[in-house]
Amino acid sequence: MRETARPLSFQDMILRLHAYWSGHGCLILQPYDMRVGAGTFHPATTLRSLGPESWNAAYVQPSRRPTDGRYGKNPNRLQHYYQYQVIMKPSPANFQELYLGSLLEIGIDPLAHDIRFVEDDWESPTLGAWGLGWEVWCDGMEVSQFTYFQQMGGFDCKPVAGELTYGLERLAMYIQGVDNVYDLAFNGAGVRYGEVFLKNEQEFSKYNFEVADTDSLFKGFQAAEAECQRCIEADIPLAAYDQAIEASHLFNLLQARGVISVQERASYMGRVRDLAKGSCQAWIGKNTAQWQADYPEWVL
Amino acid sequence: MSDRLASGATEKARAFLLELRSEEIPARMQAGARADLEKLFRKEMTTAGVSVGEVTVWSTPRRLVLIARGLPVATAAISEELKGPRVGAPPQALEGFLRKTGLSEDQLTERDGVFYAVTEKPGCATADVLAESIPAIVRAFPWPKSMRWGAASLSSESLRWVRPLSGIVALFDCKVVDCAVGDIAASNHTLGHRFHSSGPIQIDGADDYAAKLRAAHVIVDHEERQDFIREHALAAAHAAGLVMVADEGLVVENAGLTEWPVPLLGRFDEAYLDVPPEVIQLTARTNQKYFICRERTPEGADEGKLANAFICTANIVATDHGEAIVDGNRKVLAARLSDARFFWEQDRRKTLSEHADGLARITFHEKLGTVADKVERVAKLAEWLAQEGIVPNCDPKLARQAAELCKADLVTEMVGEFPELQGVIGGYYAADEGLPQAVTEAIRDHYKPVGQGDDVPTAPVTVAVSLADKLDSLVSFFLIDLKPTGSKDPFALRRAAIGTLELIFKNQLRFRIDKAILNAQVVRRTQELLARNRAIKSALIDAVQTLELDGHDKDDLVEVAQNSRLETVFEQLDPFLEFGLLAFFADRLKVQQREAGVRHDLIDAVFALGGEDDLVRLLARVHALQAFIGTEDGTNLLAGYKRAANILKKESFTGGEAKSLSYSPEPAEKALMDALDLAGPQAAAAVAGEYFARAMAALATLRAPIDAFFDDVTVNDADPAKREARLGLLARFRDAVHSVADFSKIEG
Repeated sequence: MRETARPLSFQDMILRLHAYWSGHGCLILQPYDMRVGAGTFHPATTLRSLGPESWNAAYVQPSRRPTDGRYGKNPNRLQHYYQYQVIMKPSPANFQELYLGSLLEIGIDPLAHDIRFVEDDWESPTLGAWGLGWEVWCDGMEVSQFTYFQQMGGFDCKPVAGELTYGLERLAMYIQGVDNVYDLAFNGAGVRYGEVFLKNEQEFSKYNFEVADTDSLFKGFQAAEAECQRCIEADIPLAAYDQAIEASHLFNLLQARGVISVQERASYMGRVRDLAKGSCQAWIGKNTAQWQADYPEWVL
Repeated sequence: MSDRLASGATEKARAFLLELRSEEIPARMQAGARADLEKLFRKEMTTAGVSVGEVTVWSTPRRLVLIARGLPVATAAISEELKGPRVGAPPQALEGFLRKTGLSEDQLTERDGVFYAVTEKPGCATADVLAESIPAIVRAFPWPKSMRWGAASLSSESLRWVRPLSGIVALFDCKVVDCAVGDIAASNHTLGHRFHSSGPIQIDGADDYAAKLRAAHVIVDHEERQDFIREHALAAAHAAGLVMVADEGLVVENAGLTEWPVPLLGRFDEAYLDVPPEVIQLTARTNQKYFICRERTPEGADEGKLANAFICTANIVATDHGEAIVDGNRKVLAARLSDARFFWEQDRRKTLSEHADGLARITFHEKLGTVADKVERVAKLAEWLAQEGIVPNCDPKLARQAAELCKADLVTEMVGEFPELQGVIGGYYAADEGLPQAVTEAIRDHYKPVGQGDDVPTAPVTVAVSLADKLDSLVSFFLIDLKPTGSKDPFALRRAAIGTLELIFKNQLRFRIDKAILNAQVVRRTQELLARNRAIKSALIDAVQTLELDGHDKDDLVEVAQNSRLETVFEQLDPFLEFGLLAFFADRLKVQQREAGVRHDLIDAVFALGGEDDLVRLLARVHALQAFIGTEDGTNLLAGYKRAANILKKESFTGGEAKSLSYSPEPAEKALMDALDLAGPQAAAAVAGEYFARAMAALATLRAPIDAFFDDVTVNDADPAKREARLGLLARFRDAVHSVADFSKIEG
């Protein structure tokens, strides 16, 4: 940490990252307006990682993991938290250096803190995606996920996109030297993270684990599945993909309600994967002609 | 090329340096990559005819390095001679030869009336060979997992590497080897440490490479980094008054994660020491790659209790001497230990027996029921092993109790988080509950021995549970025909069999293994039938309830259903199971005893007799046999035996020994009869009394008489009576030998 400056607040850290990645050619996008489990689900990553066009973007994505809720009682676990997501396609040759530059920007000095790239291969069974890369350690703590996408929706990434995911609360806790997420300085003017989000954690933990109506969830899952197919048939892959996202979140909620058995789990994940793959396939189908015209050397 | 050849075609040896620099290579892949790099390089050089002397390979997280010394400047010119047709052979033959070689007749050489085509293959500059080999090596590199990256990955044919390849240094005799792989051209520039060095570093050759990188905070020699970590981690522990727990795997892994390792010792909150030390060690090691330390005891041995210290290995010399790094690592460890302590407290709110109720919800195998079913079988078997005295001094009640609880920890939070600690965690919870020590130990150790070299339990209750667990697995999986095949052994049955053997030998358990197998089969079959009968009966009763009958008749029918005898266990037993399992044990015994130097053919020789179901006795017999076969008497007796057996086989002799002789035997014949009269009963009595060495000694007395018999006596006498009697005598000799082992199975 810079000895002179006060540690960054949660919101200042985000502003710094925005300025940094904007300066390195990324579009600064806004969060996707649907409930997702991770920043990777944003179509700016999932769909845009396919095809030959260059694509560089950064954004914050609120992420919901219903089963991680702890009613606001665990200092490290939240059912709703923020990921900072960077996607660069093709992956630049200096992607690691760019990433390290961003850490320095938010106050992590690599000569005072031990930064390490530790093998961690990424796979998303619900997106039909995988990549190779690392979890990045700062003094033994995982602060980011660094991945070179090899496949998305079951299709080869050509070219390969590089993806960075920062766990913002965890990183902020580290920078601010705080042991409890609710104690994070949100704005540097006295507002704490808990003041903004503690009630949400309490209420949503209760909703996710106790209240959510499982019948409606099951029906919602089926409806999203059907709607996704209809959109694929109508050749509107972006709309189809929204329904895949919806189904994925409803599945997560059903898991939190404890109504999906171990055997059923794999089958539900397969159904979500089929929706994601179908949407990706439709996206590719719709754009192939344009991609081939712009990049004659590109083939699926 | 011709220039260089002309000036440099000397025998002077030169050095080659190759550095393949990439983004961080997974630590676990580095050793394999070093070996592969050397192998591929040697293969390329051999193919090209370049002789290779000493080769050194190094790795860091960001580079693979090869230095080869003693390379020639060029390969030698080769003259190849191809033999053609004779002079004066038909013209077609000559034409064919000329076509094949592409030469004209006047270019051929004639010797001894035969045409020869001589082609001179010029030598090739080693630098040119290397320029072709480097891309070939990179493209053929067998990474366990590889990837594409960057703009070039628009094409699926783009280069693959373990992580993006970012630079190549290739210098032969201090000159850059002119080559490129994809868009990366070889150069004489590399990069130093990620944070302690900036800008390119120029390398002049193989000799200054390591020193230049050391100046840039990179120790390229992985062994040197390993030594450094080992030494400085030990020293850090020592300075803190502690003893580090040696962990070579961790040394290697940390050396694979750092280019400039700096071991640092930190402390965590002593309160976490409540958590079982195995948990702390596992989370520190596996999740965080930390070494752990013990308190130093007066004896200096590493038996002291776990200390609240960890040693992490940083990759930088930090500006604050590592304070921030240690503090950060301490927090991460504390968070993990706090989770573990939560599990520890949570789990102990229930007794192990309450946890065990949850085993009915875990499938052991779809055809073998739940883990609760397995536990029920193990408990029955363990109790039986104790009751029968097969495991001596074992209280059957304790054996049953321990077996009933031995898998309970599988449903605890702690084992869910740390599956490697199954058994160990159950042992802690049992002790915490105040269960008898014998039960606690049995829960903890019943998985042992796991693999050869692991501790073999000796506490009676532990032995009973461990043996019961393994026997049940073997029998149950054999019953549903899921035996190991080839390299596939998904249920670790080979390990279970070896574990069974080790338990038997270590504890000298005397029992008939066939009987134990039968009993395990009965236990499994009974359980299966009861479950099936229950299902059928309840279906029957359900059906009766739907009938439109008055209450009285219904009750009668229900009672009939309740008492119906559907099948008995004995109709269901597989009579061949014991044979199959005994053969499996025999195979495992050979594998297990190979290291002890016991010959597999001798094991076969004893097994082949059949009826030997006491494995302790069987092994004692094999040992005595091996000692005997090694002696001169043994070797000769074996030779005599083989000769006798061959004759008997050739003559298809099936008769027995003649009751009385119609002729007077020759002296050697008489001597063999007398020796057999004496040795036969002696050997048999010794075997019965399990004095196997004595049995061998008795057999040894037959050696001289059988040798003399073959020297002096004609078996195939013209007189059929003599022939018959002598064959009978040989049969008697063979049978006497067989009282000890089936010598026909012995090799040599």
